[in-house]
Amino acid sequence: MSQVALDKLKARLGAGVLETHSEFGDDTAVVDAREWKAACKLLREDPALDFDMPVDLCGVDYPGREPRMEVVLHLYSTTRHHRIRLKTRVGDEDMDGAELDSLVSVWPGLNWLEREVYDMSGVRFRGHPDLRRILMYPEFEGHPLQKTYPAQRTQPLVEYRTEADAGRPLEKLPPFGPDEGMPFGRRALPHGEES
Amino acid sequence: MGDMSAGRSVVLEGSEQGFALTRVDALLGWARKYSLFAYPFVTACCGMEFMALNGPRFDLARFGAEAPRFSPRQADLLWVVGTISQRQAPTLKRIYDQMLEPKWVLAFGTCASSGGFYDNYTTVPGIDKVIPVDVYIPGCPPRPEAVLDGLMLLQDKLARNERRPGVVKPRVDPPAKVDELVQLRRSAKDPAELVKRLGGGGDK
Repeated sequence: MSQVALDKLKARLGAGVLETHSEFGDDTAVVDAREWKAACKLLREDPALDFDMPVDLCGVDYPGREPRMEVVLHLYSTTRHHRIRLKTRVGDEDMDGAELDSLVSVWPGLNWLEREVYDMSGVRFRGHPDLRRILMYPEFEGHPLQKTYPAQRTQPLVEYRTEADAGRPLEKLPPFGPDEGMPFGRRALPHGEES
Repeated sequence: MGDMSAGRSVVLEGSEQGFALTRVDALLGWARKYSLFAYPFVTACCGMEFMALNGPRFDLARFGAEAPRFSPRQADLLWVVGTISQRQAPTLKRIYDQMLEPKWVLAFGTCASSGGFYDNYTTVPGIDKVIPVDVYIPGCPPRPEAVLDGLMLLQDKLARNERRPGVVKPRVDPPAKVDELVQLRRSAKDPAELVKRLGGGGDK
Protein backbone atom coordinates (compact mmCIF):
# COMPACT_ATOMS: atom_id res chain seq x y z
CA MET A 1 0.00 0.00 0.00
CA SER A 2 2.34 2.70 1.14
CA GLN A 3 5.59 0.81 0.79
CA VAL A 4 6.63 3.81 -1.25
CA ALA A 5 6.23 5.95 1.84
CA LEU A 6 8.44 3.66 3.88
CA ASP A 7 11.05 3.68 1.13
CA LYS A 8 11.03 7.45 0.92
CA LEU A 9 11.31 7.77 4.69
CA LYS A 10 14.30 5.43 4.75
CA ALA A 11 15.93 7.22 1.83
CA ARG A 12 15.48 10.65 3.39
CA LEU A 13 16.15 9.93 7.06
CA GLY A 14 18.55 7.02 6.84
CA ALA A 15 19.38 5.93 10.38
CA GLY A 16 16.55 8.13 11.65
CA VAL A 17 14.18 5.29 10.77
CA LEU A 18 14.73 2.75 13.53
CA GLU A 19 12.59 -0.05 12.14
CA THR A 20 9.74 -0.70 9.74
CA HIS A 21 7.37 -3.51 9.17
CA SER A 22 4.50 -4.26 6.83
CA GLU A 23 1.81 -6.74 7.62
CA PHE A 24 -1.41 -7.28 5.65
CA GLY A 25 -1.04 -3.92 3.96
CA ASP A 26 -0.47 -2.25 7.28
CA ASP A 27 2.75 -0.25 7.14
CA THR A 28 4.54 1.00 10.21
CA ALA A 29 7.69 3.02 10.64
CA VAL A 30 9.39 3.73 13.95
CA VAL A 31 11.44 6.90 13.73
CA ASP A 32 13.90 8.55 16.04
CA ALA A 33 12.28 11.20 18.21
CA ARG A 34 14.65 13.85 16.83
CA GLU A 35 13.40 13.12 13.29
CA TRP A 36 9.73 13.13 14.28
CA LYS A 37 8.81 16.42 12.68
CA ALA A 38 11.06 15.92 9.64
CA ALA A 39 9.43 12.57 8.94
CA CYS A 40 5.96 14.08 9.25
CA LYS A 41 6.83 17.00 6.99
CA LEU A 42 8.06 14.60 4.35
CA LEU A 43 4.87 12.53 4.53
CA ARG A 44 2.72 15.64 4.38
CA GLU A 45 4.50 17.55 1.64
CA ASP A 46 5.72 14.93 -0.82
CA PRO A 47 3.15 15.03 -3.66
CA ALA A 48 3.46 11.27 -4.18
CA LEU A 49 2.58 10.61 -0.54
CA ASP A 50 0.28 13.51 0.38
CA PHE A 51 -0.81 12.31 3.81
CA ASP A 52 -3.25 15.14 4.43
CA MET A 53 -5.31 13.67 7.23
CA PRO A 54 -4.05 12.80 10.72
CA VAL A 55 -6.42 10.12 11.94
CA ASP A 56 -5.26 9.64 15.50
CA LEU A 57 -2.45 10.36 17.89
CA CYS A 58 -1.97 8.53 21.14
CA GLY A 59 0.59 7.57 23.74
CA VAL A 60 1.36 4.02 24.84
CA ASP A 61 3.27 3.33 28.01
CA TYR A 62 5.69 0.38 28.11
CA PRO A 63 6.96 0.33 31.68
CA GLY A 64 10.42 -1.17 32.05
CA ARG A 65 11.40 -0.31 28.52
CA GLU A 66 13.76 2.47 27.61
CA PRO A 67 12.60 4.80 26.12
CA ARG A 68 9.38 4.16 27.87
CA MET A 69 6.58 6.09 26.15
CA GLU A 70 5.60 5.36 22.58
CA VAL A 71 3.70 7.98 20.60
CA VAL A 72 1.69 6.59 17.71
CA LEU A 73 0.42 8.65 14.78
CA HIS A 74 -1.97 7.29 12.19
CA LEU A 75 -2.11 9.03 8.83
CA TYR A 76 -4.38 8.76 5.82
CA SER A 77 -4.25 10.34 2.39
CA THR A 78 -7.61 11.41 1.05
CA THR A 79 -6.15 11.77 -2.48
CA ARG A 80 -3.93 8.66 -2.69
CA HIS A 81 -6.08 6.53 -0.36
CA HIS A 82 -3.24 4.98 1.56
CA ARG A 83 -2.37 4.83 5.21
CA ILE A 84 0.71 4.70 7.36
CA ARG A 85 1.40 4.33 11.05
CA LEU A 86 4.28 6.31 12.45
CA LYS A 87 5.73 5.66 15.89
CA THR A 88 8.40 7.19 18.02
CA ARG A 89 9.70 6.51 21.52
CA VAL A 90 10.52 9.09 24.17
CA GLY A 91 11.17 9.41 27.87
CA ASP A 92 13.16 7.43 30.39
CA GLU A 93 11.84 5.69 33.48
CA ASP A 94 10.94 9.00 35.19
CA MET A 95 9.57 10.46 31.96
CA ASP A 96 12.55 12.77 31.72
CA GLY A 97 13.12 13.92 28.16
CA ALA A 98 9.60 12.95 27.10
CA GLU A 99 9.45 15.78 24.61
CA LEU A 100 8.54 15.91 20.96
CA ASP A 101 8.27 18.61 18.35
CA SER A 102 4.70 19.73 17.95
CA LEU A 103 3.07 18.89 14.63
CA VAL A 104 0.43 21.60 14.81
CA SER A 105 2.23 23.55 12.10
CA VAL A 106 2.06 20.48 9.84
CA TRP A 107 -1.51 19.40 10.59
CA PRO A 108 -3.50 22.00 12.58
CA GLY A 109 -5.97 19.25 13.49
CA LEU A 110 -3.41 17.69 15.81
CA ASN A 111 -3.77 20.57 18.27
CA TRP A 112 -6.28 18.88 20.57
CA LEU A 113 -4.83 15.41 20.02
CA GLU A 114 -1.44 16.56 21.24
CA ARG A 115 -3.13 18.12 24.24
CA GLU A 116 -4.80 14.81 24.93
CA VAL A 117 -1.50 12.91 24.73
CA TYR A 118 0.04 15.48 27.05
CA ASP A 119 -2.87 15.19 29.48
CA MET A 120 -3.11 11.41 29.52
CA SER A 121 0.50 10.30 28.98
CA GLY A 122 2.61 13.27 29.96
CA VAL A 123 4.50 13.78 26.70
CA ARG A 124 5.26 17.46 26.21
CA PHE A 125 5.15 18.97 22.75
CA ARG A 126 7.66 21.70 21.93
CA GLY A 127 6.13 24.59 20.04
CA HIS A 128 2.51 23.68 20.74
CA PRO A 129 0.45 26.91 20.81
CA ASP A 130 -1.63 26.01 23.85
CA LEU A 131 -0.39 22.96 25.73
CA ARG A 132 -2.95 22.60 28.51
CA ARG A 133 -4.87 19.63 29.84
CA ILE A 134 -7.91 18.91 27.73
CA LEU A 135 -9.81 16.11 29.49
CA MET A 136 -8.76 16.35 33.10
CA TYR A 137 -9.07 19.48 35.20
CA PRO A 138 -6.11 21.81 35.79
CA GLU A 139 -5.86 20.76 39.45
CA PHE A 140 -5.22 17.15 38.46
CA GLU A 141 -1.77 15.83 39.34
CA GLY A 142 0.00 13.26 37.22
CA HIS A 143 -0.96 11.62 33.98
CA PRO A 144 -3.52 8.85 34.38
CA LEU A 145 -2.58 6.65 31.41
CA GLN A 146 0.97 6.22 32.63
CA LYS A 147 1.30 2.76 34.08
CA THR A 148 2.79 4.26 37.22
CA TYR A 149 -0.45 6.12 38.02
CA PRO A 150 -2.13 4.20 40.88
CA ALA A 151 -5.34 2.62 39.62
CA GLN A 152 -7.23 3.49 42.82
CA ARG A 153 -6.13 7.11 43.02
CA THR A 154 -8.87 9.70 42.59
CA GLN A 155 -8.53 13.43 42.94
CA PRO A 156 -11.97 14.80 43.77
CA LEU A 157 -12.62 18.48 43.27
CA VAL A 158 -15.43 18.49 45.82
CA GLU A 159 -14.78 17.01 49.22
CA TYR A 160 -16.79 13.90 49.80
CA ARG A 161 -19.56 14.04 52.35
CA THR A 162 -18.93 12.46 55.70
CA GLU A 163 -21.18 10.84 58.24
CA ALA A 164 -21.22 14.12 60.16
CA ASP A 165 -22.56 15.96 57.09
CA ALA A 166 -25.18 13.34 56.47
CA GLY A 167 -26.23 13.32 60.11
CA ARG A 168 -26.47 9.57 60.27
CA PRO A 169 -24.28 6.50 59.97
CA LEU A 170 -23.44 5.63 56.41
CA GLU A 171 -22.82 1.93 56.73
CA LYS A 172 -23.30 -0.48 53.85
CA LEU A 173 -25.95 -3.03 53.27
CA PRO A 174 -25.19 -6.69 52.77
CA PRO A 175 -24.05 -8.24 50.44
CA PHE A 176 -21.50 -5.43 50.17
CA GLY A 177 -18.36 -5.73 52.24
CA PRO A 178 -16.77 -2.75 53.95
CA ASP A 179 -14.62 -1.87 50.94
CA GLU A 180 -17.02 -2.40 48.05
CA GLY A 181 -20.32 -1.20 46.71
CA MET A 182 -21.98 2.04 47.63
CA PRO A 183 -20.85 3.32 51.01
CA PHE A 184 -23.89 5.60 51.24
CA GLY A 185 -26.35 2.96 50.16
CA ARG A 186 -30.02 3.07 50.85
CA ARG A 187 -31.07 1.63 54.15
CA ALA A 188 -34.27 -0.27 54.25
CA LEU A 189 -35.80 0.47 57.59
CA PRO A 190 -38.81 -1.45 58.77
CA HIS A 191 -41.92 0.62 58.36
CA GLY A 192 -42.23 3.27 61.01
CA GLU A 193 -38.85 2.67 62.57
CA GLU A 194 -36.54 5.55 63.29
CA SER A 195 -32.91 5.27 62.36
CA MET B 1 -59.47 10.92 47.64
CA GLY B 2 -57.71 7.61 47.45
CA ASP B 3 -54.35 9.15 48.08
CA MET B 4 -55.61 11.39 50.82
CA SER B 5 -56.92 8.41 52.69
CA ALA B 6 -53.68 6.49 52.21
CA GLY B 7 -51.90 9.10 54.27
CA ARG B 8 -52.89 10.43 57.61
CA SER B 9 -56.32 11.80 56.80
CA VAL B 10 -59.53 10.30 58.02
CA VAL B 11 -62.79 10.08 56.19
CA LEU B 12 -65.75 10.40 58.48
CA GLU B 13 -69.22 9.45 57.64
CA GLY B 14 -72.21 11.30 58.90
CA SER B 15 -73.66 13.23 56.03
CA GLU B 16 -74.66 12.26 52.54
CA GLN B 17 -71.65 13.88 50.91
CA GLY B 18 -69.19 13.05 53.64
CA PHE B 19 -66.24 15.19 54.51
CA ALA B 20 -62.58 14.68 55.20
CA LEU B 21 -60.38 15.72 58.05
CA THR B 22 -56.68 16.02 57.54
CA ARG B 23 -53.69 17.91 58.80
CA VAL B 24 -51.88 20.74 57.14
CA ASP B 25 -48.63 18.80 56.78
CA ALA B 26 -50.41 15.82 55.30
CA LEU B 27 -52.21 18.08 52.85
CA LEU B 28 -48.96 19.80 51.94
CA GLY B 29 -47.26 16.48 51.38
CA TRP B 30 -50.12 15.34 49.20
CA ALA B 31 -49.96 18.53 47.18
CA ARG B 32 -46.19 18.40 46.73
CA LYS B 33 -46.32 14.82 45.65
CA TYR B 34 -48.18 15.71 42.46
CA SER B 35 -46.42 18.95 41.60
CA LEU B 36 -42.75 18.08 41.33
CA PHE B 37 -40.90 20.54 39.13
CA ALA B 38 -37.91 18.75 37.74
CA TYR B 39 -34.41 19.94 36.96
CA PRO B 40 -32.97 17.34 34.56
CA PHE B 41 -29.19 17.10 34.99
CA VAL B 42 -28.68 14.74 32.08
CA THR B 43 -25.10 13.77 31.27
CA ALA B 44 -25.02 10.34 29.64
CA CYS B 45 -26.83 7.48 27.96
CA CYS B 46 -29.46 7.25 30.72
CA GLY B 47 -30.84 10.38 29.08
CA MET B 48 -32.32 8.22 26.34
CA GLU B 49 -34.42 6.38 28.89
CA PHE B 50 -35.30 9.69 30.45
CA MET B 51 -36.65 10.84 27.08
CA ALA B 52 -38.64 7.64 26.74
CA LEU B 53 -40.02 8.26 30.19
CA ASN B 54 -41.21 11.71 29.17
CA GLY B 55 -42.81 10.41 26.00
CA PRO B 56 -46.42 9.38 25.63
CA ARG B 57 -45.90 5.66 26.22
CA PHE B 58 -44.70 5.98 29.80
CA ASP B 59 -46.11 9.46 30.32
CA LEU B 60 -44.45 11.08 33.26
CA ALA B 61 -47.24 13.66 33.25
CA ARG B 62 -49.47 11.17 35.05
CA PHE B 63 -47.39 11.83 38.14
CA GLY B 64 -47.41 15.60 37.83
CA ALA B 65 -43.63 15.57 37.44
CA GLU B 66 -43.31 16.31 33.76
CA ALA B 67 -42.62 20.05 33.79
CA PRO B 68 -38.87 20.68 33.44
CA ARG B 69 -37.42 23.83 34.91
CA PHE B 70 -34.04 24.76 33.56
CA SER B 71 -33.36 27.11 36.41
CA PRO B 72 -32.51 25.33 39.65
CA ARG B 73 -34.22 28.14 41.53
CA GLN B 74 -37.59 27.03 40.23
CA ALA B 75 -37.09 23.30 40.66
CA ASP B 76 -37.96 20.93 43.51
CA LEU B 77 -36.54 17.70 42.16
CA LEU B 78 -33.05 17.24 40.78
CA TRP B 79 -32.84 14.32 38.37
CA VAL B 80 -29.21 13.29 38.10
CA VAL B 81 -29.29 11.19 34.96
CA GLY B 82 -25.97 9.61 34.02
CA THR B 83 -22.31 9.53 34.91
CA ILE B 84 -20.91 12.40 36.94
CA SER B 85 -17.21 12.95 36.37
CA GLN B 86 -14.96 14.48 38.97
CA ARG B 87 -14.77 17.50 36.76
CA GLN B 88 -18.55 17.91 36.81
CA ALA B 89 -18.96 17.43 40.55
CA PRO B 90 -18.51 21.13 41.45
CA THR B 91 -21.20 22.06 38.91
CA LEU B 92 -23.60 19.50 40.32
CA LYS B 93 -23.00 20.68 43.85
CA ARG B 94 -23.51 24.26 42.82
CA ILE B 95 -26.78 23.49 41.12
CA TYR B 96 -27.95 21.60 44.17
CA ASP B 97 -27.01 24.53 46.39
CA GLN B 98 -28.99 26.90 44.19
CA MET B 99 -32.21 24.95 44.53
CA LEU B 100 -34.63 26.24 47.13
CA GLU B 101 -35.87 24.15 50.03
CA PRO B 102 -37.70 21.86 50.07
CA LYS B 103 -35.75 19.93 47.45
CA TRP B 104 -35.22 16.33 46.52
CA VAL B 105 -32.62 14.44 44.53
CA LEU B 106 -33.13 11.35 42.45
CA ALA B 107 -30.12 9.29 41.29
CA PHE B 108 -31.08 7.84 37.93
CA GLY B 109 -29.16 4.71 36.96
CA THR B 110 -26.16 2.87 38.26
CA CYS B 111 -23.58 5.54 37.44
CA ALA B 112 -25.34 8.27 39.36
CA SER B 113 -26.01 5.87 42.24
CA SER B 114 -22.58 4.32 42.64
CA GLY B 115 -20.32 5.26 39.74
CA GLY B 116 -21.18 2.03 37.95
CA PHE B 117 -18.29 0.34 36.24
CA TYR B 118 -16.29 3.56 36.07
CA ASP B 119 -14.16 2.54 39.01
CA ASN B 120 -11.31 4.90 38.17
CA TYR B 121 -9.86 8.37 38.38
CA THR B 122 -12.52 10.09 36.28
CA THR B 123 -15.81 9.37 37.93
CA VAL B 124 -17.52 10.28 41.18
CA PRO B 125 -18.44 6.94 42.80
CA GLY B 126 -22.06 7.88 43.36
CA ILE B 127 -23.46 11.39 43.59
CA ASP B 128 -24.23 10.83 47.26
CA LYS B 129 -20.53 11.47 47.81
CA VAL B 130 -21.29 15.09 46.93
CA ILE B 131 -24.97 15.79 47.60
CA PRO B 132 -27.69 14.02 49.59
CA VAL B 133 -29.82 11.64 47.56
CA ASP B 134 -33.40 10.64 48.25
CA VAL B 135 -34.02 7.82 45.82
CA TYR B 136 -31.59 5.53 43.97
CA ILE B 137 -32.81 3.88 40.78
CA PRO B 138 -30.66 0.91 39.72
CA GLY B 139 -30.21 -0.16 36.13
CA CYS B 140 -27.82 0.53 33.28
CA PRO B 141 -29.90 2.25 32.10
CA PRO B 142 -33.02 1.57 34.16
CA ARG B 143 -36.21 0.63 32.38
CA PRO B 144 -38.80 3.43 32.47
CA GLU B 145 -40.92 1.22 34.71
CA ALA B 146 -38.10 1.14 37.23
CA VAL B 147 -37.88 4.91 37.08
CA LEU B 148 -41.60 5.26 37.64
CA ASP B 149 -41.27 2.95 40.62
CA GLY B 150 -38.51 5.17 41.97
CA LEU B 151 -40.63 8.24 41.40
CA MET B 152 -43.50 6.65 43.28
CA LEU B 153 -41.14 5.82 46.15
CA LEU B 154 -40.23 9.47 46.24
CA GLN B 155 -43.90 10.46 46.16
CA ASP B 156 -44.55 8.24 49.15
CA LYS B 157 -41.66 9.85 50.89
CA LEU B 158 -43.12 13.28 50.18
CA ALA B 159 -46.53 12.22 51.41
CA ARG B 160 -44.93 11.16 54.70
CA ASN B 161 -43.06 14.48 54.95
CA GLU B 162 -39.95 12.38 55.33
CA ARG B 163 -36.90 14.61 55.04
CA ARG B 164 -34.03 12.28 55.77
CA PRO B 165 -32.04 11.67 52.60
CA GLY B 166 -31.37 8.20 51.41
CA VAL B 167 -34.00 6.50 53.51
CA VAL B 168 -36.56 4.96 51.24
CA LYS B 169 -39.23 2.91 52.86
CA PRO B 170 -41.14 0.27 50.99
CA ARG B 171 -44.14 1.68 49.22
CA VAL B 172 -47.55 0.84 50.62
CA ASP B 173 -49.77 0.11 47.68
CA PRO B 174 -53.25 1.54 47.98
CA PRO B 175 -56.06 -0.99 48.07
CA ALA B 176 -56.62 -2.44 44.65
CA LYS B 177 -60.34 -1.79 44.35
CA VAL B 178 -62.67 0.89 45.56
CA ASP B 179 -64.78 -1.83 47.16
CA GLU B 180 -61.89 -2.85 49.36
CA LEU B 181 -61.37 0.72 50.42
CA VAL B 182 -64.99 1.02 51.39
CA GLN B 183 -64.74 -2.26 53.20
CA LEU B 184 -61.77 -1.07 55.18
CA ARG B 185 -63.49 2.15 56.05
CA ARG B 186 -66.66 0.44 57.19
CA SER B 187 -64.90 -2.18 59.25
CA ALA B 188 -62.87 0.26 61.25
CA LYS B 189 -64.61 1.31 64.40
CA ASP B 190 -61.85 3.58 65.52
CA PRO B 191 -60.44 6.19 63.08
CA ALA B 192 -56.99 5.80 64.60
CA GLU B 193 -57.06 2.13 63.85
CA LEU B 194 -58.09 2.84 60.26
CA VAL B 195 -55.11 5.11 59.85
CA LYS B 196 -52.86 2.39 61.20
CA ARG B 197 -54.29 -0.22 58.87
CA LEU B 198 -53.87 1.97 55.83
CA GLY B 199 -50.20 2.32 56.52
CA GLY B 200 -50.06 5.77 58.01
CA GLY B 201 -48.20 6.27 61.24
CA GLY B 202 -48.36 8.69 64.08
CA ASP B 203 -45.92 11.55 64.38
CA LYS B 204 -42.60 10.76 62.86
